[in-house]
Amino acid sequence: MNERISRIDRLTTPITEAGQCLLFLLRMLAGVRFGGQQILAVLQQVYLIGARSLVIIMICGFFVGMVLSLQAINALEQFGASDQVSLLVGKSLFRELGPVLTALLFAGRAGTSITAEIGLMKATNQLEAMELMAIDPVQRIALPRFVAGVVSVPLLAGMFSAMAIMGSVVFAIGVMGLDAGIFWSKLQTGVYFQKDFVGGMWKSLVFGGTVSLIAVYFGYSAKPTGAGVGTATTNTVVLSSVLILIFDFIMTSFLT
Amino acid sequence: MPSSDSQFAQSDTPVIKIRDLVFRRGDRTILDGVNIDIPRGSIVAFMGPSGAGKTTILRLISGQLRPDAGTIEVNGHRVSAMSRRELHRFRRNIGVLLQDGALFTDLTVFENIATPVREHTDLPESLVRRLVMSKLSAVGLGGIEERMPHELSGGMARRVAFARAVVLDPDIMLYDEPMTGLDPIAVSTIRTLMRETNDALGQTSIVVTHNVSQVRRFADYCYIIASAKIVGEGPPQQLTDSTEPSVDQFMNGKVEGPIPFHYQPPGAAWGLLD
Repeated sequence: MNERISRIDRLTTPITEAGQCLLFLLRMLAGVRFGGQQILAVLQQVYLIGARSLVIIMICGFFVGMVLSLQAINALEQFGASDQVSLLVGKSLFRELGPVLTALLFAGRAGTSITAEIGLMKATNQLEAMELMAIDPVQRIALPRFVAGVVSVPLLAGMFSAMAIMGSVVFAIGVMGLDAGIFWSKLQTGVYFQKDFVGGMWKSLVFGGTVSLIAVYFGYSAKPTGAGVGTATTNTVVLSSVLILIFDFIMTSFLT
Repeated sequence: MPSSDSQFAQSDTPVIKIRDLVFRRGDRTILDGVNIDIPRGSIVAFMGPSGAGKTTILRLISGQLRPDAGTIEVNGHRVSAMSRRELHRFRRNIGVLLQDGALFTDLTVFENIATPVREHTDLPESLVRRLVMSKLSAVGLGGIEERMPHELSGGMARRVAFARAVVLDPDIMLYDEPMTGLDPIAVSTIRTLMRETNDALGQTSIVVTHNVSQVRRFADYCYIIASAKIVGEGPPQQLTDSTEPSVDQFMNGKVEGPIPFHYQPPGAAWGLLD
């Protein structure tokens, strides 16, 4: 009997967690006021979690662009179509790689830091102290971080794609000696603003919201111990990564 | 110095009135049929062995926990019946000093103390500054406003947390083991601050503590909680002289007595005898 109950428990726990996470989101959104203090807190978090992730995003973007060009040129050369490299790089970057890789990097760099920070605040009773001061920690701590994540990821994805194009330029034109005019014209005519760029931005927005929500929720619901915070941080990366890839497939099926 | 027993008894309607309070965690009964009256202007100490439910009472009074049975009234309002919004309004009038201070680690000392002021008032920045500086100076820490919490000693951090708790001059102060882990000078400082602030602002204070020797010097009245019940109450001196076995055991730190040393979970058999 007990075994059956624990098996049912194991099955229902993820559903319960998902429901609680959704309620947490609604509780956060109920506190959106667009007041000066709130906007200031969001901007501060955009700097802390967004701007501070720039370096890693730019470095990774640059090398992803280079490796993408290298693989594309190798494959396209077999069909005598190596001048199409910018088209392939551009489309795959703006549609898929830019939003997905940026979100995965953001989950690893900023998502973990948000979970650990909030979890530690809980373990050191700072959230309790806030509640006792009649300050809602969900509004004060979680909301600015969530909004900052939603704002930052699309901007970072744009930066990632721009740096990847730079990497592609350096490799394809600088190293492989492709014609610069053909490279840019193929990119300009083959990559569509609405379908490729804006579509990718929508994805980034959803990924940013997903990662930030998971990060703040796991931090807020972490067990107030060292091990609890560690587990919550790991869960943030694992669940964010899985959900990013699932949502990517779902959104791609609707956007294309 | 604490006021006398007669002063305590003659006080008007209690600010905090607890009746038939029952609180359980799972199968374990933490508090069972507890009745407490706390008059305005007094400092009341809750003492008892670890895990007896002292901090639980503070959490029930502040509305962080809800009782399984019984009522808690603060200034005539039932805490357990309050909505989230009402609780927020209610807590603006309460100051809490947690055991470890719980300072916000990413804010300076100044910002820590200014947080409740900015959150609950529309005071101009110049007044916020003056208020924060006056509280810092009152706890004897003028000049450290730009320091971060990790740059403070344990005693300093506790005093900063004290300044933050009283910055809006609350009517009721809740202290959770405010003197634990501090050196004797810091203990005396916190004790004096509690007494002086309580008397100067006409507050009502509840202090959870293990420190029997200090209680005599700041509390007007004490409750000893053990085995989920109030086993003794009265002015500190009266409790010290008490011959009631539970009170005598706790006040004099005796191992043998009615308060058990071994923790026994409900329904558990003695592992050694299995």
